[in-house]
Amino acid sequence: MKAVYERPRTLRDTPMHYCPGCGHSIIHKLLSQSIDELGIRERTIVVAPVGCSVLIYNYLDCDGSEAAHGRAQAVATGLKRARPECVVVSYQGDGDLAAIGTAETIHAANRGEKFSVIFVNNAIYGMTGGQMAPTTLAGQPTKTTPFGRDPKEIGPPLRMCELLSGLEAPAYIERVSVHDVKNVLRTKKAIKKALKNQIEGAGYSFVEVLSMCPTNWGMTTRQASSWIEENMIPYYPLGVYKDRGKERNAK
Amino acid sequence: MGEKVLMRGNEALCESAIIAGCRFYFGYPITPQNEVPAYMARRLPEVNGCFLQAESELSAINMVWGASVAGKRVMTSSSSPGISLMQEGISYLAGAELPAVIVNIMRGGPGLGSIGPSQSDYFQATRGGGHGDYRTIVLAPQSVQEIADIMIDAFDLADIYRNPVVVLGDGVIGQMTEPLVLPKPSTRTLPRNDWVLDGASGRDARVVMSLRLSPPGALETHNLHLKEKFCEMERNEVRYEEYELSDAQLVIVAFGTAARVARTCMQKARGLGMKVGLLRPVTLWPFCADALGALAEQRRVKAFLTVEMNLGQMLEDVRLAVLGRKDIFFYGRTGGSVPDEDELFGKITEVFS
Amino acid sequence: MTQKVIIAGFGGQGVILAGKLLAYTGMVEGKNVSHIPSYGVEMRGGTANCAVIISDQEIASPLVVHPTSLIVLNKPSLLKFEDSVTPSGRILVNESLIDREVKRKDVVVLYVPANKIAEEAGNGRSSNMVMIGAWLAVTGLFSQKTIKESLPRVVSKRNLRYNEINERAIDMGYEYAKNAG
Repeated sequence: MKAVYERPRTLRDTPMHYCPGCGHSIIHKLLSQSIDELGIRERTIVVAPVGCSVLIYNYLDCDGSEAAHGRAQAVATGLKRARPECVVVSYQGDGDLAAIGTAETIHAANRGEKFSVIFVNNAIYGMTGGQMAPTTLAGQPTKTTPFGRDPKEIGPPLRMCELLSGLEAPAYIERVSVHDVKNVLRTKKAIKKALKNQIEGAGYSFVEVLSMCPTNWGMTTRQASSWIEENMIPYYPLGVYKDRGKERNAK
Repeated sequence: MGEKVLMRGNEALCESAIIAGCRFYFGYPITPQNEVPAYMARRLPEVNGCFLQAESELSAINMVWGASVAGKRVMTSSSSPGISLMQEGISYLAGAELPAVIVNIMRGGPGLGSIGPSQSDYFQATRGGGHGDYRTIVLAPQSVQEIADIMIDAFDLADIYRNPVVVLGDGVIGQMTEPLVLPKPSTRTLPRNDWVLDGASGRDARVVMSLRLSPPGALETHNLHLKEKFCEMERNEVRYEEYELSDAQLVIVAFGTAARVARTCMQKARGLGMKVGLLRPVTLWPFCADALGALAEQRRVKAFLTVEMNLGQMLEDVRLAVLGRKDIFFYGRTGGSVPDEDELFGKITEVFS
Repeated sequence: MTQKVIIAGFGGQGVILAGKLLAYTGMVEGKNVSHIPSYGVEMRGGTANCAVIISDQEIASPLVVHPTSLIVLNKPSLLKFEDSVTPSGRILVNESLIDREVKRKDVVVLYVPANKIAEEAGNGRSSNMVMIGAWLAVTGLFSQKTIKESLPRVVSKRNLRYNEINERAIDMGYEYAKNAG
């Protein structure tokens, strides 16, 4: 009998700690598939953040390094410069990448560091129990914005793709989502492209993935998917923000 | 012996690091160690190394993690306020058992303090510095020659124990120019790097982390393993130098620049018949407590005098070693000021009378 | 023999370089040497000084509290360091920029119109070298030849072009001090 679907080689056969309906497990699978298809498992090093995906190295069967909260791209910088032959992936959540690690993100992007970043934006802090993220939407209630985020008090949510696409150095910036099948497939394409860019030495590639957190949003998994469609995407438009490869080809 | 060259401490330590095989430097400018990044920026590319000016000390120490986890010899340097910013990263390095060399050319604190030379980060350096149960080996040079020699040792010790090593100099050591003979590379046999991340090719995947959640008690087990290493360092790595101790009635304890000023005063006092000796710790951790304890046991030793460029930090370790057996006096200058020969000599005379 | 020298002036007058030249020459002559620059927030125009020790013995403290020689290129430096000089020590004063006499009576003083001599040598900025030449003449510690050989080893590549003027400034400072003595 012909197998039509298999667990990717890079994804370990181990139970994950993620909540039901969480986007991380999907994104882990997409990353694993991309690594398999590009045949780079034996030279990939994943840098784990602090946050829900802190244990990503337990789920992927490739080398993995911890990083202190917010410092994943500094670690990735040192790693990639020391091991240019390896494929280095910094996998980070919104608190890690866009709050405590904003400086590391902007400067790694601005240096055009030759690694790939997967930025999982679920508009909330999951690991610590549902506090405000830099990407929490206006009006969205969280543990630390019990009456909803008030942009007049604490500013509007940060749009990282838009922010980074103002920089010259990054090679590729795209925002995708994993709230439905069609978008999951698009996310897969984007992640694979970010890795391929790195293999080809194209430079800093950044994929923002809008992702569900039903537990901390206080929703069912189905409601969480719709919430992305109805609330997140209008504020965080999907699409390619920068693609130097394409710009080059167009010229 | 090689040719004598005249170099600044900050530059000599760089050249020596390169001799030790360090090819990666990440740092951020801060006085009085700015010659270090400047030297590395010029020199590392010549040896196919990598210099990168980080956006902050926070980033710098985590870039150090990145190169270290890749199995490369890597260092950073800073001065006191910047070293405070690096403490989180140093704690992580210790927890994850990653080697790295961190040079602190101390300046006056607290806060932004002053840019003057100081030894006021003694507590921070010798107690680990960041959060959690750990130690780092702390090497305290007193001259340009010694800081160069110490760098060779520092990289070896970091690799042998898989632990960050701190080289603790003060602004005088960094800024001073003295003749030195550049050291030779080490010939020590080092442990195998069977933990390095270079892609899981033909082997099981590896993970380097400090997080230890499971099974229950995993962190305690790990910390007890770390403690074994720290005990081994205490057994094997205590370094100190003795001057005129064989008949000393007063034992001065001082390190770095303070020890050199103390030596001048000791010589002057000896010229006047006062039996003064000097014990100079080279490793501030592990500390030469046994040597001090043995001196405290000697009947001819009447008292100890601790001399520091701070308000009395090593003093606490001297007290712990002497354990009330003899009187301990203290002379220190703080806030970026250096010990004054006249003042210190006055103190010695006072203790003797 | 132990010489403890403080050289002080404005930033930009080359006091650190002058100190480094003494230290380098001392090293070449087989002496123990140390050199500590003041490192302040000031760059060009601020005050600068350095402490140099040249000794037959091993140097314990590299810090100079009581110099045996004080070389001052501007007035604030004289005011700051005059009292620190060891009794019977020397003070060399750049009289081009210092309109105040040394008050100490227990030291040997030499006034040198260093800027004027430097202008004659070809560049007013070589006043530091004039003072070094004068110091050589009064201490007799090194020969003019060794110090001139050391010169290109301590100046930056960019300033090598002033080598000839600097050498001339050293010679003229030396001659001035010899004749004044």
